[in-house]
Order: sequence, then C-alpha cells, then structure tokens
Amino acid sequence: MSTTTVAHHDEHHDHPTGIMRWLTTTNHKDIGTMYLTFSLIMFLVGGSMILGIRAELFKPGLQLMNPEFFNQLIGVHALIMIFAALMPAATGFANWMLPLQIGAPDMALPRLNNWGFWILPPSAILLTLPFTLALFGVGDGALATGWTFYPPLSVQGGIGVDFAIFAVHLLGISSVLGSINIIVTIYNMRAPGMTLMKMPMFAWGWLITAFLLIATIPVLAGAVTMLLTDRHFGTHFFDAAGGGDPIMFQHLFWFFGHPEVYILLLPVWGFIPQILQTFSRKPMYGYKAQVYSLWAIGALAVVVWAHHFFTAGMPVPALLYFMYSTMAISLPLAVLFYCWIRTMWKGSMSFETPMLFTVGWIILFGVGGLTGLVLADVAADAQYHNSYFVVAHFHYTLFAGGIMGIMAGVYYWLPKMTGHMYNEKLGKLHFWLTAISFNVTFIPQFFVGLAGMPRRIPDYALQFAEFNMISSIGAFVLGLSQLLFVYIIISCVKGGQKATDKVWEGAEGLEWTLPSPPPYHSFTEQPVVK
Amino acid sequence: MALKQDQVAANKKLALKLVWIIVGALLFAFALVPLYDVICSVTGLNGKTKNSAESAAKAVVDLKREVTVQFVSSVMPGLGWNFYPKQSSVVVHPGQVTTVMFEAKNITNVELAGQAIPSVTPGKASAHLKKIECFCFVRQSLKPGEVKALPLRFFVSAELPEDVQEMTLSYSFFPASQQ
Ligand code: HEM
Ligand SMILES: [Cu+2]
Repeated sequence: MSTTTVAHHDEHHDHPTGIMRWLTTTNHKDIGTMYLTFSLIMFLVGGSMILGIRAELFKPGLQLMNPEFFNQLIGVHALIMIFAALMPAATGFANWMLPLQIGAPDMALPRLNNWGFWILPPSAILLTLPFTLALFGVGDGALATGWTFYPPLSVQGGIGVDFAIFAVHLLGISSVLGSINIIVTIYNMRAPGMTLMKMPMFAWGWLITAFLLIATIPVLAGAVTMLLTDRHFGTHFFDAAGGGDPIMFQHLFWFFGHPEVYILLLPVWGFIPQILQTFSRKPMYGYKAQVYSLWAIGALAVVVWAHHFFTAGMPVPALLYFMYSTMAISLPLAVLFYCWIRTMWKGSMSFETPMLFTVGWIILFGVGGLTGLVLADVAADAQYHNSYFVVAHFHYTLFAGGIMGIMAGVYYWLPKMTGHMYNEKLGKLHFWLTAISFNVTFIPQFFVGLAGMPRRIPDYALQFAEFNMISSIGAFVLGLSQLLFVYIIISCVKGGQKATDKVWEGAEGLEWTLPSPPPYHSFTEQPVVK
Repeated sequence: MALKQDQVAANKKLALKLVWIIVGALLFAFALVPLYDVICSVTGLNGKTKNSAESAAKAVVDLKREVTVQFVSSVMPGLGWNFYPKQSSVVVHPGQVTTVMFEAKNITNVELAGQAIPSVTPGKASAHLKKIECFCFVRQSLKPGEVKALPLRFFVSAELPEDVQEMTLSYSFFPASQQ
C-alpha cells in the first residue's frame, strides 16, 4: 500500500476508460454505482410489468390479456423486484458505503466483486427473454407459477420455468459472491480501533444479511435444481407418482424464502437508525439492543418458514410451533421500533427528504409488521392465505419497508456520492406522491382480501370492482411518481449545488469525513478509531 | 488500489472458510430429501400411508366405535381416464375388514398405464388405515375404452386415536410408463 498523499491519486492512468472501465473495474465505488443503476432500471422494468396487471384488474372481466400472460407478468414482476431491484440496491449501498464507513480502502475481494455484479445483467435477460421468444413463436412465455415455483405446476410448465431456474442459479451465485465479499470486508478490513461493537449499524445489518444469504441461497439453488431434474431427467423429488412429494418443495422454498424477507430488510434496518440520528441530531438510542435484536431476528428467521403454508396440512403441534415462533419475531422487531422512535424522542429534528422517507417508513413498515402478526395466527390465516390481504401485507413490508427505505438511503447518500445536492423541493414532492399513492394502492387490497378476493387471478367478482379501481389508480400514480425519482437522481448526478463534506448538519461517521464526492481511492491510509 | 500482501492472504483464507458454509448448505438442501421422507413416514405427517399389504389376522374389532371413511379420487394431467369411487363413504368399526370398489375407464383410444397414490387426512390417522389388498399396490393398465373395477380391502386399526371419527382416503392416478 502506498503511504503517499491521498488526494492526488484521483487520476490514475493505468485503468481503462469508456465501457472497458465498467467491465473491468474492481473499484468499490464504480461497482456500487453499477449495482444501484442496475437496480433502478430493473425497478422500472418490474414496475411496468405490474402496471400491466393493475390495468387488467382495473375492471372485472378479461380485457387486456389472457390468464397465462397475467400469471407470467406477476411471477416475473416479483422475481425482478426481489432479486434484481431490492437485493442489488442493498448490495450497491454495501459496496459504496461499507468501505467508507469502516475506513477500508476497498472491498476485500475486488475481483470477485466485479464478477458478482456482471452475473446480474445476464440473469435479468434470462428472466425476461421468454417473453420475447414467445413473440417469435418459441415457447409459451415466461414462468407462470408466481415467484414461488410450486410444483406440480412448475414441473408441467414450459421453457419459461427453465429460464427462470437458470436465472435464479445465476442470481444466487451473484449474491453469494457478494456476501462472501461483505463478510470478509467487515471482519478483516475495519480501521484500527474499530471493534465490532463500534461498527456502524449498517455494517451489522449487512453482516447478518450476508450470513443468512450464504446459509439459505444454496437451499434455494438445491430446490430449483431438483425441479430442473424432475422436469428433464426423470427424477421424482416432487412427483407423488414416483414417491416424491410436492409439499417438500414448499418446505425447501420457504426455508430460503422466509429468511429472504429479512435479507431484504436487514440492510435497511442498518442505515435507518443512522439517518434518524443524523436528522434528530443526537446519537442513536440503544445501539447494543439493536445489534442483539438484529441477531435475534436473523436466528429466528430460519426456524419459522412453514407459516407460509399453514393451509397445506400440518399436524396441530407443528401449526402451533410455527405460529408462536413466527409471532416471537415481533418481539425483537418491537425492540427495534422502540429504539428508532426513542432516537427521535426530544431530538432537534428536521425533515429533509431522507428523514421524511424514514419517518414514513417507520409508520408504513409498522403496518406491514402488524398485519404479519394477523397472518401468523393459524386460525385467521386459513381465511387470509392466498388472498389479497397477503399481497397488501407484503407490499407494506417490501415496498414501504424495502423500497421506501432504500429511497431514504438514496437521498441520504446521493450528495456524498455525486458531490451535488439533489433538488429538495422535488424530493419532498416525490415523498408525498409516493407515500400517498402507495396507501391508495394497497389499503383497498386489505379490504378486498378480507372479503375473499384471491391473489394471482386475473378476474374477480363484481363486488370488488370499486376497490380494485381505486387500487389501480393509486398504482398508476405510484408508478408515474417514480419517473420523478429518476429525474431527481439524473439531475443530481449532472449538477446542482455543491455538497459539503459533511452534507448534513448532524451527520456522524467516517464517510462524512471524506470530500463529496470521495476520491476514487479513499482511505488508502486507514483512519484510527478511538 | 492494491492491498497489502498479508491482507490479501488473510482475506482469501476467510473467503475459503465461507465457501465451506455454502457447500454445507447445499449438501443440507439435498440431505433434507431423505430426512423429509423419514420424518413423514415415522410420524405419518402429510398423510403418507404404507403402500403394501397388511394382515388383518390380529385385528380386534371394536364394536363400540364407529368411524366414517370417505373416498376422494382424482386423475393427474396426462392420463386420459375417468376414475371414481363407487361409494363416497362407508361407516366401519375399527378392526372390521371392509371392501370398497373404485372404477376406472380409459376414455382415449390408446392403452394407458397409471399408478394410484394414496393420501389420508387427518395425518395422524394415516398410520391406522391398513390395506389388505389394493389396486394401488401395482400399476394398472387399461386398453382403449376398457372399464375396470378396482377393489380395495382395508380395515381401520383399533389404535386409531379416540378423537378421530372421520377420515378421508384420497387416490390420485398418475400416468405411469407401460410395461
Ligand atoms: C412480525 C413480522 C411478520 C410476521 C409475523 C409475518 C407473517 C407472515 C405470514 C404468516 C405470511 C404468510 C401468509 C399467507 O401466505 O397466508 C406472510 C407472508 C409474507 N410476508 Fe410476512 N410477516 C412479517 C414480516 C414480514 C417482513 C418484514 C417481510 C419482508 C421484508 C415480509 C414479507 C412477506 C412476504 C413476501 C410474504 C408473502 C410471500 C408469498 O406468498 O408470495 N413479512 N408473512
Ligand atoms: Cu415468512
């Protein structure tokens, strides 16, 4: 490592320019930018797909598409949003901010990092290619099973299922590579003096996420591989005729699937307290309690999976176990909520866009958690399972809890990453448009779900018409509002008021000690933390 | 930005350790398959019943109890058959041997073979439904248009938990390869 001055290293003559720079880069900031850009693009792609669904559901009856295509849109929408929008966004932040927050010169395994990213675009293409192929008469479109791949439908389905299986393999490899990199970075690369218990909360959130990923992604990979061999090589893992069992797939899938929902949120739970302390201008409340709660949630996440198929038939003791263990997760989660709220308590708060998103996030994600408790009740779930109530629940957790959390992070760190302030007025407008239209979209779905409207069905009974119309209108406003988000980001990258090093008055942490934007190589001399 | 030599070595070492966790998780996924079968057959979870003959020789008939056994049937895609039970339910005493009839008809113009797969609900009753003779023990083959009567001889063991008064036996016919 060179121990010369840090500043003038900004210009390196040995790395390529143009497209080759991005293809070959091992720089954590470049890779972080690529992840975030990819995520934004896929967010728009997945969003357009679901607007197709909401257009179909605007009125009862079949207007725009056949049920097959409807199901394909739903499944690919979910896979894209989860694997290609939310997860890469969190990984993008990890790449950009972890080294800056822990005072490391780069990620620990830079070349692995590059591969991890470049696996993503091909897998996104694999996921969506069957749509295009179908236009030319090859195959019958993308997978129509929903994102959960349940057999026997997924064993009987067309080539779309094979494409999705390979896409999941690649996406899995990418996130496992990313996770290895993050764990090694956090363990080996912290600035001298930064003990684990002095780490920024974001590092804790990601550390636990990364462990969950390497423990559960292989199980998903195994499960879809079994599907593949059932489809093409005459095995009978999930085929009852050959002695297999389709319910076993549900166990394998949700052994991954439930931890996955925390994988999507733990990174957000990491930086949300940092935003809260910045705009409350006081240190975060209960650092230790938060760290232990994150671990508790990470541990509980792998032992509650069967709450996703209570209705598939289970003996009563198993039902009770999965019900109580699921409900137990809300205890550490409640500790986190308490700490977040206490961080704001008597703080000298201000409401710039990141803080607006964060406060809105706490409320809306709270609705998601509380409705989850309702679903965890075995007796109630018999009615709500596979209804729109579940759809509303997981959008309060994943759109509000996931995407809106990520948006808070984007506004919080964008000035640091670009060196410019974004347009605050437009940012606030974006928040209000998003928060209001989100509720207009999803509150009606709770009600139609309670009244018995099933999910993944392109038509519905007449009594659900008004609520669905409201929901569709909300969805289109929500979708269009995101174009404003894109505009704000692009104009912030292009220019704007110069951001200071510290950006926010109350900001604490190593990333705020660097210039905005930080030099291409930062912390080549590791800072010492006391 | 080049890292220090010893830093690179330490990073590689930790990364390799993590790879072992991944390999372990992958093996775990495949180990779950036999594990799942063992758990299901030991506990009778998931309604898996034994698909082999049992003897009624030692069965005691409990005339004080009555159990309703219902029958459900389905045919999986790819098998062009009609298949249904001749009676939707029977009331039996535990231990009492009963014969019921199912009927299958090949509605295509090719010969087709099928294998029936049973499942019992509630799961805890599945171990107590004992089959003496069943069309599900072997694969069945039907010529074009052929109608076949398919017998099932069974009894419900007297150890059936007290609170079970009703159980459902479901058969799904799956396409099987001709032999
Ligand atoms: C205390 C907190 C929570 C509880 C008790 C809970 C409980 C549940 C239950 C019981 C279901 C299954 C409902 C059914 O299918 O009948 C469910 C579905 C779901 N939950 Fe939660 N949940 C909680 C938090 C979360 C969080 C934080 C996320 C995401 C980050 C999440 C994402 C999902 C998703 C995606 C589904 C539906 C998956 C599908 O069927 O496609 N939940 N939740
Ligand atoms: Cu879950």
